[in-house]
Amino acid sequence: MSAATLPVSASAWDRLRQFSPPSRYVPVLTTLALFIGMFGIGGLRYDGFADPQVLLSLLIDNAFLIVLAVGMTFVILTGGIDLSVGSVVALSTMVAAKTLQLGWDPYLSMVAVLLTGTLLGLLMGLLIHYFDIQPFIATLAGLFLARGITYLISVESISINDPTFTALAYETVDLGGYYLRWTAIVALVVVGIAAYVLARTRFGRTVYAIGGSESSAMLMGLRVAFTKVGVYVISGFCASLGGLMFSLYILSGNPLHAVGTELDAIAAVVIGGTLLTGGRGYVVGSLLGVLVLGIILTLISFDGSLSSYWVRIVIGALLLAFVVAQRFATRRQT
Amino acid sequence: MPESPTRYQRILGSPLLWPALALAMLLLVNLVATPTFFNIRMQDGHLYGSLVDIVRNSAPVLLVALGMTLVIATRGIDLSVGAIAAISGSVACTRIAGAGDEAALSTAIMACTLALAVCVALGLWNGFLVSVLGIQPIIATLVLMVAGRGLAMAVTDGQITTVNNAFFSDLASGFVLTLPLAFIVAMVVFAFTAVLTRRTALGMLIEAVGINPEASRLAGVRSRTIVWTVYAFSGLCSGVAGLIIAANTNSVNPNRLGLWIELDAILAVVIGGTSLAGGRFSLTGTLIGALFIATLVRTIPNIGIPSEANYLFKALVVVAVCLLQSPKARRALRRRRRTIPVLAEAGHA
Repeated sequence: MSAATLPVSASAWDRLRQFSPPSRYVPVLTTLALFIGMFGIGGLRYDGFADPQVLLSLLIDNAFLIVLAVGMTFVILTGGIDLSVGSVVALSTMVAAKTLQLGWDPYLSMVAVLLTGTLLGLLMGLLIHYFDIQPFIATLAGLFLARGITYLISVESISINDPTFTALAYETVDLGGYYLRWTAIVALVVVGIAAYVLARTRFGRTVYAIGGSESSAMLMGLRVAFTKVGVYVISGFCASLGGLMFSLYILSGNPLHAVGTELDAIAAVVIGGTLLTGGRGYVVGSLLGVLVLGIILTLISFDGSLSSYWVRIVIGALLLAFVVAQRFATRRQT
Repeated sequence: MPESPTRYQRILGSPLLWPALALAMLLLVNLVATPTFFNIRMQDGHLYGSLVDIVRNSAPVLLVALGMTLVIATRGIDLSVGAIAAISGSVACTRIAGAGDEAALSTAIMACTLALAVCVALGLWNGFLVSVLGIQPIIATLVLMVAGRGLAMAVTDGQITTVNNAFFSDLASGFVLTLPLAFIVAMVVFAFTAVLTRRTALGMLIEAVGINPEASRLAGVRSRTIVWTVYAFSGLCSGVAGLIIAANTNSVNPNRLGLWIELDAILAVVIGGTSLAGGRFSLTGTLIGALFIATLVRTIPNIGIPSEANYLFKALVVVAVCLLQSPKARRALRRRRRTIPVLAEAGHA
C-alpha cells in the first residue's frame, strides 16, 4: 500500500481520497453500486419505489433464487457448473405436492424433498469426480433426469393445500410497519452460513484452492475428492431447499415450473462478481446479483410501459458486460 | 497393429458401431411393441409410416447437431442454438404475417432469407466473443442463450404469431420425391458439410484447432477465422432448424420454440462419438445420434410410458454414453472383464 509514503499528518480526507478497496472486492462493490444506482433511479422516477418494503419484497420474491445462487456459487468457485438446479426445483415442488397429496406428514414431506435433491447432487458429484465426466454434461443428465422424474410423478399440476405449508407460506414476520416472510429469512440465513463456510472453514478454503488450480490443490494434499463431490451435494441441497421455498411461494407442484431458472442462477452468480473459471468470488456477491436481477424486474413492472421480455434482454446485456470485464481483468493479471 | 486390419476387425473397431447398434436395438424394441412399426405405405403420392415420421422429426435436431458437431470439434460449445432457432422462427413469422401478400412464395423466401441472415449475424457475434475476446465458449454463448428468447419476444412483441403461407408450412410438412422436405433439407446440409469438411482440408484444420489452438496458429492455421466460421455455421444451422419448427405449427411461440434443443443436439453429438474435448468429430455419428433421439422420443409412448418422460431416458443415455467414453470407467470395466478382449479392443478405437 502507498500508506507508508504518505506524510504522517495526512488528513482524514486525504486518506479517504487515497483509499482504494482491495482488488478482490472490486467486482462485489461494482454490483453493490449497480444495485444502489438502480434503486436510486427507481426511487427518483417512480412514486412509492423508494420504500423499504420494496426492498423487503425483493427478498421475499427472490428468496428461492438466492438459495439456488448460493449453491451455484460453491460449484462455480471450483470451476464447475450446475445446469440441473431449475429441474431440481420443479422436482422438489412435485415431490412436495405429491407426498402431501398422499397424506404424508408435512415435515416428513420436506425431508423427502431435501433428501431427493441432495442425493441427486451426490450422484452428479460422483460422476464428475470419479469418472472424469465434464460438469456441464453430468449436470445436463441431472437436468433431464429431474425433469423426467417430475413428469413421471405427474404430467398435470398438483396444488398444495396442506395447512402447515399454507401457514408457512402466508405467515409474516413483522418488522415495525414492514414485513418479511419466513422464506426470506431462511435465504438470508443460508447466505450467512455459506459465507462463513467459504471464508472460515477448511472446506471453504479447499473450494477456492480447487478453483485456482485443481492439480495444485491435489499436490498440496487437500481433500480434493471430498470437496469436489461436496460442492455438488451442497448445490443439490440448495436447489431442493430453493424448490421447497418455491413450492411455498407458488403452492403447487408442476413439471413446467422453473424452466430456465438455472440460467438466472448462473447469471446472478456472474453478475455478483464470481469468476466463471473458478477460484474467485463471494456468496454476498451472488446475493447482490439476485437482487440486481430482481430490481430489474421491479423497475420494469413499475414502469408499466415496458414489456416483461426486456428483463431477459437486460440480464443478457449485464451478463455480457460482466463477462467481458472479467475477461479483461484476468487478462491484465496473467 | 502389424498387419492391416481385416474387414471384420475394421467394423468391430469402428467408433460408429455402438451408436448404430443402439439405434438398431431401439428400433427392435419398437418392432416388438408394435409389429407394424416398420410398415411404410404410399398415400397421396408420398411415403407414410412411423419410420418416415422419425426421419421427418429428426430434421431440426440433426441440423442443430451438425453445427454443434463442428463447434464441439474446435473444443467449443454453443448453448445459444435454441434461442437462435426461436429468433429465426420469430423473424420469419413476423415478416410473413406483416407482408402485403401473405400467401405468396416470394414472401416465404424473403422472410426465410432474412431470418437466416439474422442467424448468421448472431453466430458471428458468438464467434467474435469466443475467438477475438477469448471468452470461454460455454460462457460466451450463455449470454445469447439468456438474452435470445427476450430478443425473439421483442421481434414478435411478445405474441404468439400465426402465419398462413402454404409454401412456408411445406418446409415442415411438405414432401418432395415422396420424402419429407424437412429431412431432405437436413440431408442436403449434411452432405454439404460432409463434402466441405472431408473432401477439403477444412475438417482437418477444424480438428487441429480443437486439439491445440495455439500450436495450430503457429503452424499457420488461421485459428481465429476457423472458430469464427464454425459459430456462424452453427447459427445458420439453428436458423434453418428454427424455420422448420415454426413451419411445423405455422406459428411461433418465442418462449417454447426450440426449448432444450441445445441439449438434444449436444446429446446427438455425444452419442455419435464426437469427443467433447474437441479435436475429433464424426458427422455420420451425429446423424445416427439425431436419428436415435427422434426414435427414442417415438419409442417412449409406443411402449406405454407418458411421452413427457422421455427426458428420463435421455438422462440415462447421456450417463451411459459418457461412462462408455470416460477413460476411467473403461479402465474399471476392462479390469473386470479381462477375459473378454474384444470389448477392450472396441474400447480402444
